[in-house]
Amino acid sequence: MGDQATAPAQSQRAVKPPPAIADYGVIGDCRSAALVSRNGSIDWLCWPRFDSPSIFAALLDQECGGYWSISPIADYAAERRYVPESNVLETRFTTRSGSALLTDLMPVRDSAPASMVPDHEIIRRLTCNSRELEFEIALVPRADYGEKSPAIRSIGNLGLRIECNGGVFWLRSSIPLHIDGASAFARIPLKAGDSILFSLSYSRESPAVLPALEQIPRRIDACVEWWQGWARSARYDGDFRDEVIRSALTLKLLTFAPSGAIIAAPTTSLPERIGGSLNWDYRYCWLRDASLTIRALLELGYWEEATAFLDWTLHATRLTQPELRILYTVYGNPPPKERESPMLRGYRGSAPVRIGNAARDQLQLDVYGEVVDAAAQYAFHGGYLDRDMQRVLIGLGNYVVKHWDLLDEGIWEPRTGRRNHTHSRLLCWTALDRLISLSKQGKVTGAPLNEIKKECDAIRRQIERRGWNESIQSYVSELDGDRLDSSLLLLSWYGFEKPDSARMRSTYRAIRERLGTPEGLLYRSETLPPEGTFAICSFWEAEYLALGGGSVQQTRDLMNTFSIHRNDLGLYGEEIDASTGQALGNFPQAFTHVGFIGAALSLDQREKGEQQLAHRPESATPQQSHQNQAA
Amino acid sequence: MNWASWILSGFTATLALSTLLATSHGLGLTSMNIPYIVGTVVTPDREKARLYGFFVHLLNGWAFSILYVLIFEARHMVNWWLGLLIGLAHALFVLTVGMSLLPIFHPRMATERHGPTVRRQLEPPGFMALNYGYQTPIAVFLSHATFGAILGSLYHLR
Repeated sequence: MGDQATAPAQSQRAVKPPPAIADYGVIGDCRSAALVSRNGSIDWLCWPRFDSPSIFAALLDQECGGYWSISPIADYAAERRYVPESNVLETRFTTRSGSALLTDLMPVRDSAPASMVPDHEIIRRLTCNSRELEFEIALVPRADYGEKSPAIRSIGNLGLRIECNGGVFWLRSSIPLHIDGASAFARIPLKAGDSILFSLSYSRESPAVLPALEQIPRRIDACVEWWQGWARSARYDGDFRDEVIRSALTLKLLTFAPSGAIIAAPTTSLPERIGGSLNWDYRYCWLRDASLTIRALLELGYWEEATAFLDWTLHATRLTQPELRILYTVYGNPPPKERESPMLRGYRGSAPVRIGNAARDQLQLDVYGEVVDAAAQYAFHGGYLDRDMQRVLIGLGNYVVKHWDLLDEGIWEPRTGRRNHTHSRLLCWTALDRLISLSKQGKVTGAPLNEIKKECDAIRRQIERRGWNESIQSYVSELDGDRLDSSLLLLSWYGFEKPDSARMRSTYRAIRERLGTPEGLLYRSETLPPEGTFAICSFWEAEYLALGGGSVQQTRDLMNTFSIHRNDLGLYGEEIDASTGQALGNFPQAFTHVGFIGAALSLDQREKGEQQLAHRPESATPQQSHQNQAA
Repeated sequence: MNWASWILSGFTATLALSTLLATSHGLGLTSMNIPYIVGTVVTPDREKARLYGFFVHLLNGWAFSILYVLIFEARHMVNWWLGLLIGLAHALFVLTVGMSLLPIFHPRMATERHGPTVRRQLEPPGFMALNYGYQTPIAVFLSHATFGAILGSLYHLR
């Protein structure tokens, strides 16, 4: 079969807009990830880490970004799925003349312990299932976000060698590829039963491991088994099991295994508005996601991941403690300074493409509450906080005691200056409230409780007085303001307000009225430039209803309504265009999947009459003044 | 031969050689990881290979230094520049003869002729180990020259 491969004069791929964001699937190895389009093209890959420079970035520029495609030459229809309970992607191409199955995966190192495997690898297997069809394969590597076209050398039977990005890429395949400048191509007719194999690997260390192609089928099976074994251990048997497992698998895929960090998304600069400039680099770890993430992992029974993530959160931040940055790299370093790519023109012209994130210099006081709450959840679920962890938590508490009244940029990271954000105050209150709870239960000792209680009460009073707007009968986004944002739905989640309190019900009505869409989606805020509806906000809404703000049926209806905005693989982006239903923003988004898991867990717990949200068994500082007031 | 002096100078020079090679690797001068190459002779496990390889390479360097010492003794002369010259010759031998023979002797190294197999999957070094980075010969010459110079400085003739 290998002899039948021929060299096309040049790639048949015309320069055209990239597929819709939701037309991408993701594969990964818990160290890095790649986006594979419905057309069989890997259009995004950064090695060796999530935030390393790209080698394929056609997602952001079809012409100079680089890609690796395997697709039929004739017109085709494509269907795809993940092998059940795994992150192994299968794309079935059907043409008039036949059909073939493309399997894509990045082997997880743990699936082959103690054996010789490449540091980083993508395996692709193309199998013709019926009759015959012709494929074109195009490998077009472009290093450093499209800035370099590295030379490809053929090294005999070892494969094709590409030296760039500080390491060596090797492409091994069961058919020869023909080098044309800085690209390699092949055309191959396939008949039923034919199978061709590819392995693209990367190593920064020599000698690199060059995998034997004959081992690939066995390695694919091993990887599928590894993912399925991991997925099967999830402790959830509710009505949304398939969706919850897909979200958990996505979360695991976005985990950087060596450190336990979880990145927000594997991409940069997928736009929040097509053609706009709201394009950010999300390949870092936001501390803000800590609390909801820990809760999802713990209640699904993934203790190992939860422990690793908490360890990362408390230890990776030690260089800046007691001050916390907003985001970190997977090893706990500050992300690089934000710059704009000189080459990549952006997804469908959405410029600029940003590398690094300027939010690193922002002050967002909510992160303190997130981190302390994450640790509290861990402890309340039965985890042990050692002396070092306790010291860190007390240090964070002391910082909050001194600084909670500062202006900050807040949860939505606007680049328009600092304000008095109610959500930030809420999380400062959460930090102190949890420290009091942890101290009462003996899980943290040595905290200055008198001072903490005093400031905790002061924050509560301020939120109740200045975070509440009597004229619109709602909590508001900024103290003494009159605008709303969806993060106010979390007042119940963190235990500040009971979900069925008059104030909370009234706030919910106002949010739905001002930020809701007829399709049932939610915008995050009234103040930001136009963008899509924010996916996580809909899950906050669902969870608010599940916690007691609404009925079981209301929650279920909302979750069912929202589930049509998943793509065919079960993946969510950051935002959804309310008019078209298209995914917007970086993809897939860990925070959205965390939100979905949380809502599903709370719904399931409510239906079963189980305790919800173990991190706030009882608010340590009781809700006082307004509880008896009618809104 | 001054055994005590050989043990001390050989050990010190080998430590310096290992440190320089590791530093060259860390600084990006070469991607070559000698302990990994040596260790994979006995195990396919990456972490174990690095550990075993480090100790085997240490012992190997120590043993190899005896050749330098024998040359010093044969010439009744020892100084840093003679050691450095022997080191440069040693490096040339390693890069040319040693590296070309490595895929034959190493049980897990592939060859360009046959390609990787289930057992042999490691990338071969190529001429002068240039597959491991075009500056690899510089790192090898530098580290072996230092190895020889330290031996020449520390060893005392009997």
